[in-house]
Amino acid sequence: MSLLSVRDLSLAIHGTPILKDVSFDVAPGEVFGLVGESGSGKSMTALACMGLLPNGSKVGGQAMLGDQNLLALPERRLRDLRGREIGMIFQEPMTALNPMQTIGDQVAETLVIHGVARRTEALKVAREKLDRVGLGAARFPLTRYPHELSGGQRQRVCIAMAVALQPKLLIADEPTTALDVTTQAQILDLLRGLVDEAGMALMLITHDLAVVAGIAQHVAVMQSGEIVEAAETEALFRKRAHPYTRALFAASEHAPERTGHPQIADTVLEVERVVRDYALPRKHLFAAPGHVRAVDGVSLRVGRGESVGLVGESGCGKSTLTRAILGLERLQGGRIALDDIPIEAPHVAPGTRRRMQVVFQDPYGSFNPRHRVARLVAEPFHLMGRVEDADARVEGALEAVGLQASDKERFIHEFSGGQRQRIAIARALITRPDLIVLDEAVSALDVRVRAQILDLLAQLQGEYGLSYLFISHDLGVVRRVTDRVMVMQAGKIVEEGQTERVFSYPEHPYTKALIAATPRIPESWHEEARSNGVG
Amino acid sequence: MASYVFARLLSLCVSLIVASVVIFTAVEVVPGDPASFMLGMNASPDAVAALREELGLTGSLPERYLSWVGGMLTGDFGTSYTYRVPVAELVAARLWVSLPLTFYAMVLSTLIALPVGMLAAARRGRPADLTVMGTTQLGIAVPNFWFAMLLVLIFAINLRWFPAGGFPGWEAGFVPSMTALTLPAIALALPQASILARVMRSSVLETLGQDYIRTARAKGLSQRQTVVRHAFRNALIPVMTILGLQFSFLLAGAIIIENVFFLPGLGRLIFQGITQRDLIVVESVVMLLVFSVILVTFLVDLAYAAVDPRLRRRG
Repeated sequence: MSLLSVRDLSLAIHGTPILKDVSFDVAPGEVFGLVGESGSGKSMTALACMGLLPNGSKVGGQAMLGDQNLLALPERRLRDLRGREIGMIFQEPMTALNPMQTIGDQVAETLVIHGVARRTEALKVAREKLDRVGLGAARFPLTRYPHELSGGQRQRVCIAMAVALQPKLLIADEPTTALDVTTQAQILDLLRGLVDEAGMALMLITHDLAVVAGIAQHVAVMQSGEIVEAAETEALFRKRAHPYTRALFAASEHAPERTGHPQIADTVLEVERVVRDYALPRKHLFAAPGHVRAVDGVSLRVGRGESVGLVGESGCGKSTLTRAILGLERLQGGRIALDDIPIEAPHVAPGTRRRMQVVFQDPYGSFNPRHRVARLVAEPFHLMGRVEDADARVEGALEAVGLQASDKERFIHEFSGGQRQRIAIARALITRPDLIVLDEAVSALDVRVRAQILDLLAQLQGEYGLSYLFISHDLGVVRRVTDRVMVMQAGKIVEEGQTERVFSYPEHPYTKALIAATPRIPESWHEEARSNGVG
Repeated sequence: MASYVFARLLSLCVSLIVASVVIFTAVEVVPGDPASFMLGMNASPDAVAALREELGLTGSLPERYLSWVGGMLTGDFGTSYTYRVPVAELVAARLWVSLPLTFYAMVLSTLIALPVGMLAAARRGRPADLTVMGTTQLGIAVPNFWFAMLLVLIFAINLRWFPAGGFPGWEAGFVPSMTALTLPAIALALPQASILARVMRSSVLETLGQDYIRTARAKGLSQRQTVVRHAFRNALIPVMTILGLQFSFLLAGAIIIENVFFLPGLGRLIFQGITQRDLIVVESVVMLLVFSVILVTFLVDLAYAAVDPRLRRRG
């Protein structure tokens, strides 16, 4: 007997079809994984079950929770079910809580709104629930506000809120995507614990195959609004029956082929004992401001044609170090040199600046939407004075990244996320730099697009002898594309070495913890897939 | 919180000092002698000298500045040249009309605007919203003196519910005074309420798009409960900013309405001061208005912190 039974769910928003014949079952007390790329309809499936679809939605089919069809219930009945029978948590813990209310009130509200308890008793229950999700009373009194908590802690509050009334089903929409790996592991542990002890079912929506591998009993793979394959997790991972499933697996494990040969002896970038302090806000008006050391004596070097990875969790100082290397941060100590030319913020000579370029994470926010691609890509030319063959070089750069010369007349909103990241790379290439800093450059991309971009980067590296500083929180990607890797924690490099050595035989406890926390598909599941010739 | 308040207070004091210096130099630096300017072309040198003495224009610049500021701190704003009474008395009398009128108008405007703005946001794109948007557009476009005349025509002349103008003075009693202020307050409040309702609407709409609203809905709150419990407070910040600006505007900017209803308010006092070249009155009233604007800004800053916990910890 299943808890939630979805049959032939279809959805159109303002006439555009979003979901088509989606059917699946979630049994009581099981973890059901719904996997797919962005835009595949995962979240819409969840929102349809919650009755929280956007305006202009037209649904068909049925979603039975017990003997009630969620798709046919009036709003009043749905309101009773939300929070009581079905709880839901979302991807962005930083914005998922009301900034003006205490965490205690927000957890208690679930009980108050359903008329289960008055505020005083509800707050007592809130206390218990927060204790259960690991936010103890000593450090996290009910009177805390969301802005006083980290992302992981806020996600715990969201979970406490969603399970306050012990719902039968918890829907978690990419609950760990915005979190660091160690935090992700803790949150997944917490979710698994809640499922085990309360007999609650969990519908886990994610783009990350490795995450579902470790936690779900059943998995469904979604593509363009349809479920293309669904089975018991291990069986699905071993068989990979549908071509799309196979493509997803292949892309998520894709290691690009490198053609160039790094000349490690030829140093391009040298960073020596770099220190960067930030002033903290004054405690009171006349107090001297405190300091926080964001980068603490970091040294590294990148050879010509080499790919060096820099991994670490948010707040470890990766971004500050990146900015320092790009000559955007004044240093409090140490030196940075590009081909022996010192980089000293804020006055870096244009001729030096043009030799290093950067590609950022967000393919949507990195471009001025009012400029045409030609102007966007040609922007770094201001570092080079007058460029005679500017047009030809823009066209060349676009073609080098797999776009067409004619694309230069278009605007950025006409491109997909992956295409935008190609344009960002074209913009970085245009000055023929020696070094490209890739700051989480593939983190926001779907796995298949990510694989293409990684291939492109490898190919360009071979053609132009580029050096890459590859900054990422995604250990899997770093492992597949870099020659050497550095692990950064609290402003310091705690371990560095050949990538394979560091990942296979980590020495520092922090590296070990990071690798242990990274979700992984069991090795034996791969073997069968490979021996079947589908891996 | 204490350090936040202290920092705001410090900024208030600095602003006041800067403002007083600017106003003082403006009057000083203006070419020509204020005394002869006030007396006109045909004044005798003796009269000018006497006035200079009376205006306190005889000492050095810093001396005069300090005596002016010192005077204001002790409540001595000087003597009006045209009325021959202490400016403090003049201003106080006018303030007793302008302040209640301002508060009356603000209360009306807030009481109308916030619910209307919330309603429009909750019913976005539906008839209620369209009606609100249309009406407020009209409220902003139509000048308030025209409203005033319309109100007089309907409620004073036809229905005879309110007096058409004049102010009996507070000694005549609370009810008659408030009755006299009602039509002017409505005329002032309507355009302000129109602006405020639109700000409230867009602010609530922006808040309704936030992730925590979705979280609240997933908890089982109705659309209405979400607006009241989560969107309202978050939407208040821009509304408070506008309210602060409106207060300053209403206090001194009600001159046309004061004229229509023949009310002895601050706006008319400044207007008369300027036309009669009574620079002492102008200088003092302007300083007073600057003070009230800065004070309101300070209060709005405190209100931000009261509403938004994120501001409380900053220094």
